[in-house]
Amino acid sequence: MLTRARRRSGAWLYIIPAGILLIAFLVYPVVRTLWLSFFGGLGFNPTEFVGLDNYIRLLTNDRLFLKLDELPPSGAMINTVLWIVLFTSGSLGIGMLVAVLADKVRYEPIVKAAIFLPMVISATAASVIFRFVYSPDRTIGVLNAVLTGIFPDLEPVPWLGRISLVNYAVIGAGIWIFTGLAMTVLSAAYKSLDKEVLEASQVDGANAWQAFWRVSMPMMAQPIVFVAIYLIITSLKMIDLVLVMTEGGPRGASRIIGFTMYWEVFNNGLVGYGSAVAIILLVLMTPVIIIQIRRVRAEQALR
Amino acid sequence: MTTQARRSAGIAERLVKATNRGVVHIVLVGLGLMWLVPTLGLFVTSLRTRPDIAASGWWTALFQFRYTVGNYLEVLEARNFGGGFINSFIISIPSTIFPIVIGAFAAYALAWLKFRGRDVLFLAVIAMLVVPLQTTWVPVLQMFNLFNLTGTYPGIWLAHTAYGLPFAIFLLRNFFVGLPKELFDSAKIDGASDLGIFFRIVVPLSVPAIASLAIFQFTWVWNDLMNALIFLQDPAKYPLTRSIQNLLGQFGSEWHLLAAGAFVTMSMPLLVFFSLQRYFVRGITAGAVKG
Repeated sequence: MLTRARRRSGAWLYIIPAGILLIAFLVYPVVRTLWLSFFGGLGFNPTEFVGLDNYIRLLTNDRLFLKLDELPPSGAMINTVLWIVLFTSGSLGIGMLVAVLADKVRYEPIVKAAIFLPMVISATAASVIFRFVYSPDRTIGVLNAVLTGIFPDLEPVPWLGRISLVNYAVIGAGIWIFTGLAMTVLSAAYKSLDKEVLEASQVDGANAWQAFWRVSMPMMAQPIVFVAIYLIITSLKMIDLVLVMTEGGPRGASRIIGFTMYWEVFNNGLVGYGSAVAIILLVLMTPVIIIQIRRVRAEQALR
Repeated sequence: MTTQARRSAGIAERLVKATNRGVVHIVLVGLGLMWLVPTLGLFVTSLRTRPDIAASGWWTALFQFRYTVGNYLEVLEARNFGGGFINSFIISIPSTIFPIVIGAFAAYALAWLKFRGRDVLFLAVIAMLVVPLQTTWVPVLQMFNLFNLTGTYPGIWLAHTAYGLPFAIFLLRNFFVGLPKELFDSAKIDGASDLGIFFRIVVPLSVPAIASLAIFQFTWVWNDLMNALIFLQDPAKYPLTRSIQNLLGQFGSEWHLLAAGAFVTMSMPLLVFFSLQRYFVRGITAGAVKG
């Protein structure tokens, strides 16, 4: 009896260092940010209680955050939706394409290394790379060089300087970075598929295309969902790529939610306002958190 | 079916297969190039002189071989990327070791020790894995200001340690749980303590998982810009990511400096990647398959 009691209390000693850090840096700050989001004014320790004013202003009266009265709608919220849709489907689609096609060729490791490489460099370095690729300067920007090579009448396009293009340009850089992640996970899943099932379906007369959609895809549902969730989380949290590539510009056109929090607090000095943005971000993230917990629970039940 | 017809059907089939193969190669090589050309172009640019860069595109000058390392020397000395390199190490190494040690203890308890609330705690860790850092920065900075940790190395070490813990605990706990139960039973029969089991069985058997985690955490910290931007407000302690950001602010169109600077920051992660690629891949797939 005594030893068991001692063992039980002993377990906590292993947890306490991690526990203290997690409470100090993650749990307490989230609660405090929620509290701060009800305050207004400038300065790092705001004292003016404004209730829900920050949220009301963000959702109804901040044209850079959410503008619905004009078509197409715009603002950081809309841009984030654009990120979630295009960035997730782009990285997932290309990653899947490479995972499946490269499986059949001898130079598979080389292609995969090339596509994975951007995953290991910093978003800061990737931003420099893409400012370089997108440059409208004739001796710098390779994208414009290719396009004006094909269409000689075309003027070099300032990809990051034009309001209508900037989001797609930054999302393109995001896809360049994260396709490697999707490819790696999906490739591992594809290689672990039961090849006999695939062969059987081909014997039954399915062509490669049908075999992929009807057999491989359903068998890979779990890793696909995992990657999709990961990419959605990444779009919601995204910040440094936008900060270094465009600083949210031109004229706020490439702002997303994760970036807006940083900009309002650390550039504009609006601590309460930025905290409200952070809480909106957290609220949007809760479904993902719940799905994550459910997945782990289900997995533990199997064990 | 005559032999003739059968043979021509065979040829048609082979032709379809060959075309399919051709399409596969075109798609893969095309994508490979799209992924390599941006980095390659910047690398070539980093080796060209400023007047050369202004005179012609790097793609026209690939085989002129008028390359120089002058840009690298200028960036390392005059722009102090040398100092940034050292700062990046000072920040990254403790920020890699601390979360692994602290996380390993917690992961061990969550995997093998029995205590009340264990499962709830693990679910809390999963939830924290997704919490955006944006919701923590302001209160943590206020706390740092209170304890004079803003702009200090211990401050940024603490921040990176705490922010790295959820992933460290998650990855190690999942690995520890998979270790064979018999080892623990027989060690207990031999009278080993929990701590003895941890050091003599769990840690030695988990070297691959710990290596993957170390590589992840190291590159994550090395590549971090935001935490350095927020917590390390002292130019003398800036890591390379901040040096690059400053360079962009001051010399946004001086591509000979920007290109060389970017490659100085990328050198470390690229070295780690090329020497330890399989640990990287293992770490990513472990998170996916088990999580």
